[in-house]
Formats: sequence, structure tokens, C-alpha cells
Amino acid sequence: MNLMEIFEVAYKYRALFIEGTIGTLQLAFITVFFGMILGAVVAIFRMTKIKVLNFIAGIYVEIIRGTPLLVQLYIFYLFIPEMSPALKDLNLPVYFYIVLSLIINSSAYVSEVIRAGIQAVDPGQKEAAKSLGMSNYNTMVRIIMPQAIKNILPALCNEFIMMIKETSLASTFFVNELMRTRIILQSTYFLSWQPLFVIAFIYFVLTYVLSKGVHLLERRLSVSD
Amino acid sequence: MTDQVLIETVDLYKNFGDLEVLKGINEKIYQQEVVSIIGPSGSGKSTFIRCLNLLEKPTSGKVIFEGMDINGKKVNVDKYRQKIGMVFQHFNVFPHLTVLENITLAPTLEKKISKEVANKEAMELLEMVGLQDKANEYPRKLSGGQKQRLAIVRALAMKPDVMLFDEPTSALDPEMVKEVLNVIKSLADNGMTCVIVTHEMGFAKEVSDRVLFMDEGIIQESGTPDEVFNHPKNPRTIEFLSKVL
Repeated sequence: MNLMEIFEVAYKYRALFIEGTIGTLQLAFITVFFGMILGAVVAIFRMTKIKVLNFIAGIYVEIIRGTPLLVQLYIFYLFIPEMSPALKDLNLPVYFYIVLSLIINSSAYVSEVIRAGIQAVDPGQKEAAKSLGMSNYNTMVRIIMPQAIKNILPALCNEFIMMIKETSLASTFFVNELMRTRIILQSTYFLSWQPLFVIAFIYFVLTYVLSKGVHLLERRLSVSD
Repeated sequence: MTDQVLIETVDLYKNFGDLEVLKGINEKIYQQEVVSIIGPSGSGKSTFIRCLNLLEKPTSGKVIFEGMDINGKKVNVDKYRQKIGMVFQHFNVFPHLTVLENITLAPTLEKKISKEVANKEAMELLEMVGLQDKANEYPRKLSGGQKQRLAIVRALAMKPDVMLFDEPTSALDPEMVKEVLNVIKSLADNGMTCVIVTHEMGFAKEVSDRVLFMDEGIIQESGTPDEVFNHPKNPRTIEFLSKVL
């Protein structure tokens, strides 16, 4: 094992590594973005007074958080297209099913982030708004959410960081991301170990820089308290 | 004080699970009356005052505000709460809004008052409590006493018919109690109906038309400050006052 070899491989195949890095970031971003929207809906379901919705959303979150992502990916990849002929006829790319699975996985975690963020707002804030005669909608939108965002935003960024790592599982289905770059290099150029260290380094730099960023963000947000 | 009843509670009961906190309260609060509620902690004072604007939903009974049972079904409680101002122990000012926005938010949103008018009225209120210089600050820059004065004028901006104070000075540093009590006193002097849950016995004595002594979820004794403080009849009142005075 020679350190120089790693640098050589990194430099020689830089275009591939960059493509993989972009793929990974893209996948994580799309996942967290749509996961956030779906997660918000799930969070609302979990917090409404309608018991049926609470129950359904609760089961959704528990099942997704209680099963491995890789298992979920296989289920979406293998069985969802088979479930409905109409869906199969659309002939959607594998990428679609993988992204869908990632979004659903992420939405379960994000919904808990949103729920916790809202519940962490001092209950006195809601009481004050209600005592002024503000409607439930205005109380939520003008009083609770602006304060909950401060709790939610850093956690959401952490979810993005998690997803950068989690999306490596998508390589199993040959979706374009960093881990696949390694597979390509191994199968095409028989480079088995060097790319592994290169991508490990890229993953580390990405997550380290981003988590430092989240740290700064958290500090900025807490200034106004 | 007039002989018009502003708020009346009829057989008000409130349970938290198995715990009975209010055990049948029948009480009338008259227009322009200043009523202080005293009593040991856990006696139900706060729960009672929070039932008056339904922040706490009574288990049973009526809360009649200006002739309407607001605890009834199909009542838009928000509309009534606009006429019932409330001040909390922990101020509950909105940390993400400036002092001015704290005051103007509810009137502009819920009463559709224009921004200009709301701002002008808010500035007048701030002047009244000596906070005009802080209009564009955020609440984190304010002391406890200043926060509480802000909370009072925020409630006043809705032009309520009654003000409820739930231990307004209990979370304050001693040197800030007075500035808040002075604001409440000037409101009372100007004819605002006030219901005040307080541990400040001197203040209750000075400002109230009537004092209610609560213990174990019922009103044990009610009368003028002189009657309750100087000539208490109920043994529980006597015991309580002997401890706190």
C-alpha cells in the first residue's frame, strides 16, 4: 500500500470523482428537499387532533425508522414497480424508485425533527398568542413556526449530512454517486483499494465542512434568544 | 365599579386526570371591579384565572362573559379572548419580534387595524409605560420588569374589557416588582376591570375592591381588603395570612 498511489488515482480519475461527488450531493439534496415537504405533512398528521391521522403517521414513522434503508431500497426497486401494471408501463428509471425510497426514508426522520422543533417552543408562546385572540393559523404561522425554525434548521442540515453518507447505499442499484465511482474504477481499471480511500476522504471533507457550517448556523440562530 | 356583571362562573369544575383542582366555583366579577385572588400554591388560583379565558378548558360549568357562555359549543373563543387581556408570570413576550411588533401583531392580524394606526397606538402605550425608547429593540435586550410592562401593553393594544394577571410579579427580581405593580395600579385607577392572582399582599390590599381567598379548589372567603386582611372569618384564611403577613 502506497500513499502516492492514492493521489495518483485521485488525480488521474478526478473527472469521475467529481461526477460522483456531484451525484451524491444531488441525491442528498433532492432527498432532503422532498423529504422535508413530505416530512412536514407527516409531522402535521402526527400533531393534529384527528386520531386516525395520528395513528397512521405514527405507524409510518415507526416502520420506516425501524427497518434498514437498504431493505427499503430493495423493496422499492424490486416490488413497487411490480405492484401496479400502470406504474410498470411507465417504465420509469431505477433512479426514480431509488430516490422515491430515499425521500420516504428521509421524510420519517424529518417529520420527527419538525415535530420536536415545534414542541420545543415554549408553550407560553402559544398561550400568549391565544390569549390575544389570535387564530390557530396565525398562532402557528406568526408565533410558533418562526421560533421552531431555529430548532429545525440545524437538525435539517444534519439530516442532509446523514443523507450524504446514506446515499452510498444507492450504489447497490448503480445510481450515480460517489460509491458507484469506486465500483466503476474497480470493474474497469481493476483499482480495488485506492478509490476507496479517495471517496472516504471526499465523504469526510463534505460532512466535516458541512457540520462545521451547521455549527456556525446554530450559533447565529441562538444569538437572538 | 358598576353593578354590571362582566364575567360570571357557574359551577366551575376542573380536573387534571384524577386531581380535582377547581371544585365548583360560582363567582361574579363586575365591570370596573378590581379583584385580587390570594391563597397558597396549589389552591387553584391560576387554574381559575386561566379558565376565565379558556386557556384551561373547564371540565364542567359555565364561564359567562358579557352575557355569553363562552364555554358552550360553537362559540368562537378567539373573538372573546380579544376582549380578555392576559398577563403571565413568565411574560411570554414574542422573542422573534421587536417590542413594537409584539404589540401590533395581534391588532393588525385579528382586528384588521392598519399598520399606521396600530403603530401609533402602540407608541402611545409604550410611552405610558416608559418604553418608547425600546420600540425597535428585541425583547432579549429588556429586563424582566420591562418585559412584563411590554406584555401588559401588548394585551392592552387589543382594547380588552378586562385584564387578567396571573402572578405578574412572581418571576421578577425584587427591585422590578414595583414598576410593574405601578402600571397595574394605574390601569385599575383608570377603571380597567382587573382580576389579579398575586402573592403581593400589600398590593392586593391597596389596589383591590375585593379580595378572594382560595384554598383546595374553592373560594373560602371573599370580601373587601379590610374584611379579608383585617377581620378574616374562615380559619383557613386566618392560618394562611398568619404565615404570609
